[in-house]
Amino acid sequence: MHDKTLTEISQALAAGTISSRELTQDLLGRIDRHDKTINSFITVTADQALSAADAADQARANGQAGPLTGVPLALKDIFCTKDVRTSCGSRMLDNFVAPYDASVVEKLKAAGSVSLGKTNMDEFAMGSSNESSFYGAVKNPWDLNAVPGGSSGGSAAAIAAGFVPAALGTDTGGSIRQPAAFCGITGLKPTYGRVSRYGMIAYASSLDQGGPMARSAEDCAHLLNAIAGHDVRDSTSVARGVPDYTEELTAPLSGLKIGLPREYFGDGLDSGVRQAIDEAIKVYESLGASVREVSLPHTQYAIPAYYVIAPAEASSNLSRYDGVRFGHRCDNPLDLIDLYKRSRAEGFGEEVKRRILIGTHTLSEGFFDAYYKKAQQVRRLIRQDFLDAFEEVDVLMGPAAPTPAFDLGAQKDPVSMYLQDIYTIAVNLAGIPGISVPAGFSGQRPVGLQILGTHFAETRLLNVAHQFQQATDWHTKRPAMTEENR
Amino acid sequence: MEWETVIGLEVHVQLATRSKIFSGSSTAFGAEPNTQANAVDLGLPGVLPVLNEQAVAMALKFGLGIHADIPEVSVFDRKNYFYADLPKGYQTSQMYHPIVGAGEVEILLDDGTSKIIRVHHAHLEEDAGKSLHEDFHGMTGIDLNRAGTPLLEIVSEPDMRSAKEAAAYLKAIHSIVTYLGISDGNMAEGSMRCDVNVSVRPKGQEAFGTRAEIKNVNSFRFVERAIAYEVERQVELIEDGGKVVQETRLYDPEADETRSMRTKEEANDYRYFPCPDLLPVVLDCAYVDHLRESLPELPAEKRARFQDELGLSAYDAGVLSASREMAEYFEQVKDLCGDAKQAANWVQGELSGALNRDGLDISDSPVSAEQLGGLIKRVIDSTINGKAAKQVFQALWNGEGDSADQIIETKGLKQVTDTGAIEAMVDQVISESPAQVAQYRDAEPDKRGKMIGYFVGQVMKASRGTANPQQVNGLLKEKLDALC
Repeated sequence: MHDKTLTEISQALAAGTISSRELTQDLLGRIDRHDKTINSFITVTADQALSAADAADQARANGQAGPLTGVPLALKDIFCTKDVRTSCGSRMLDNFVAPYDASVVEKLKAAGSVSLGKTNMDEFAMGSSNESSFYGAVKNPWDLNAVPGGSSGGSAAAIAAGFVPAALGTDTGGSIRQPAAFCGITGLKPTYGRVSRYGMIAYASSLDQGGPMARSAEDCAHLLNAIAGHDVRDSTSVARGVPDYTEELTAPLSGLKIGLPREYFGDGLDSGVRQAIDEAIKVYESLGASVREVSLPHTQYAIPAYYVIAPAEASSNLSRYDGVRFGHRCDNPLDLIDLYKRSRAEGFGEEVKRRILIGTHTLSEGFFDAYYKKAQQVRRLIRQDFLDAFEEVDVLMGPAAPTPAFDLGAQKDPVSMYLQDIYTIAVNLAGIPGISVPAGFSGQRPVGLQILGTHFAETRLLNVAHQFQQATDWHTKRPAMTEENR
Repeated sequence: MEWETVIGLEVHVQLATRSKIFSGSSTAFGAEPNTQANAVDLGLPGVLPVLNEQAVAMALKFGLGIHADIPEVSVFDRKNYFYADLPKGYQTSQMYHPIVGAGEVEILLDDGTSKIIRVHHAHLEEDAGKSLHEDFHGMTGIDLNRAGTPLLEIVSEPDMRSAKEAAAYLKAIHSIVTYLGISDGNMAEGSMRCDVNVSVRPKGQEAFGTRAEIKNVNSFRFVERAIAYEVERQVELIEDGGKVVQETRLYDPEADETRSMRTKEEANDYRYFPCPDLLPVVLDCAYVDHLRESLPELPAEKRARFQDELGLSAYDAGVLSASREMAEYFEQVKDLCGDAKQAANWVQGELSGALNRDGLDISDSPVSAEQLGGLIKRVIDSTINGKAAKQVFQALWNGEGDSADQIIETKGLKQVTDTGAIEAMVDQVISESPAQVAQYRDAEPDKRGKMIGYFVGQVMKASRGTANPQQVNGLLKEKLDALC
């Protein structure tokens, strides 16, 4: 069962061909055997998982089962979980146990799902390779020399490795879509405000959004059904009804207008990636869609704007990690200032410190207008680019990342790492939804096709992605390591 | 050289909401440390603020009460700095788009005149916790009960020219917020604190001098004293050839002096930016109108009405409208007895004297407004005379009866107006005082008026104070003059 989709597992559980306990035990066994190599989990909660599985089996026996009842999954270690450590990939929170569940964790529990544990991630979600984690890098199950992408690299790798059929990730500048692309899975970043951020540790509050990662668009639809919706505890979550995201999956695509942003097919795009995307577009044409080129003229400003806004918010969001109330505290502080300096110097890693410094600088007196204000103006232009494009077309398509997964340690300087997110970052600045679906390979490494829609167009995105997955089998490909039990 | 003082105040008013500005924790004062701090107040990872609508309504009431501009949109910003009792490492405040725009506060001066002090704006923010430096053996205790308590910071223009004006302004703010019921105004518990900006300039000069900010002054008296000290310090400094530096100072009430805390160069760069966890507050006209209609009558309006409609003096109107409790008490007494001037005299005379003597607030008065109103009514309808009325008041104060009527009854203080009975007493006094009658007869007619007092006193004594003094006076005059 370990390579089945969430939808298939849900059906098997409903049919009684397997119990949640059997499945959970099987997957825990796989994690135990193989995650030493992959390092996709920071914390495995075997005992809690087994009791949740038993409870789910019991609920099913009582006739109270929904689509997620008994379904195993994993949570990025950025979602607070009551009584289970939430580290955010940082030494700073290595000892932190939240006294509450994040809203989405509550919802997934209420839906009867079974969490197997907390997945690895770039420290405080800052990174595109999962190499900034305090708990070590994660390896890409398709190639152990390659990164899984980041920051939700643990969630993506755990799905690709056959440890869980689905997981939650978060996406601030591409952190769901890029690792989904690198690991050959499907990942959806919902519209900003669609999913509650309560209990999701903040990196950049105006950009952060939690979302599903799984083996198909249909899987993502089931998960989104469970986690979407307004939350009174998150003022930025949108009070808007939640449709059944599975309902329109099979709607025909004839007449669908696809826009290809010129700026997403420029220099620096890997030829293998380009080829895979071109092939995918042809599939859509064969399904009755029309394709035209569009322009998002401010694309080149997205990365600079993002690297002003996100670090600015981060520098403030991460001020609470001061060694006073929770988290890492240095030994024998001499006074308050020494406590701050050493606790933070010891608790945070390189990339986190870099972004705190950048953010502190851009917000400081005399620089605020030139950086932060200007970046916010750029942000409005970028958003307008998308809104203008969606006047002409239904969805935009392009690569999720300029290259397939790169080698561990390959990106030596921070700026080349930042450029990894060139196709994903503008989406967060605009607040629109985006999904990455497997669309072939460049060499031996997976390629992700990114599909973008206007605000709250998740139903459409899932439909467009699902129809592609009905016409292709890229999403059914599994890395060799998952063949071991056959 | 003659110097002019320029003062501006930043008043922090703790709003009387049931729960905190961004969390559901209680705001009650005096609980065990850290028992009123939830995950949001502690700034735990992943938590988010949710704006308390009651705090918004209270801030708006203040704005409407000072006839301020109410912007349609206001925005919360983060003020970033590290301190042990500031859990998130930033204070959520409003820097660029405050909830209340420019307004005006009228202050009353000792000479009976009034002056308008302009308010630059007022903004909402959260309070920090408290650091406790004692009892922890070289360590510091942190109490976060207060963290997240809503504050309204009211920033004045530099319109005050003396310590007295500053104190009067602070009193006016105190009076407005307590009238509105948006704060308990309890300065001892820190519900109102202020930062005072003080500078001096040669009289006649237009440009402001360099100012010092005195932080966290928490009583009307300390405001006056801190300013007095600071003005003297600055004038001396300049006259000795020195320069005032822009800095933050602390007032030490025990030493009665201000001390430098940090200079401008050492000041924090707060790196304000809009809080991304909170949406801008967008006000609906109907909502603001509804709040405007719900406003009670405020001190300035009440003062004007007391003068114009009730015919009270400016002084009386000012005193009686100074606090909501005082004004409510007075109006209740006035309504019951039907005579505003009598009510004003009693409240400011007998009642205030007794309250001051026993150090009580009007809200703790042993004599209720109903009781006092009932008492004055009996004076007006001549049931008792003024002397008996004072006795009745004292009895009510001592709790000797439930109402003036009851005390009048049990003590037999009802005024005697029966002419026959009074005449009998008058006749008796005249017949028992031949020497005084002779003196009266021998006196010049214009001196006799004074001499009649003796006879009045005797008759009142004989009646145990219950005889109607006017009647006694008239009868005595008639009878004594007949003897001349």
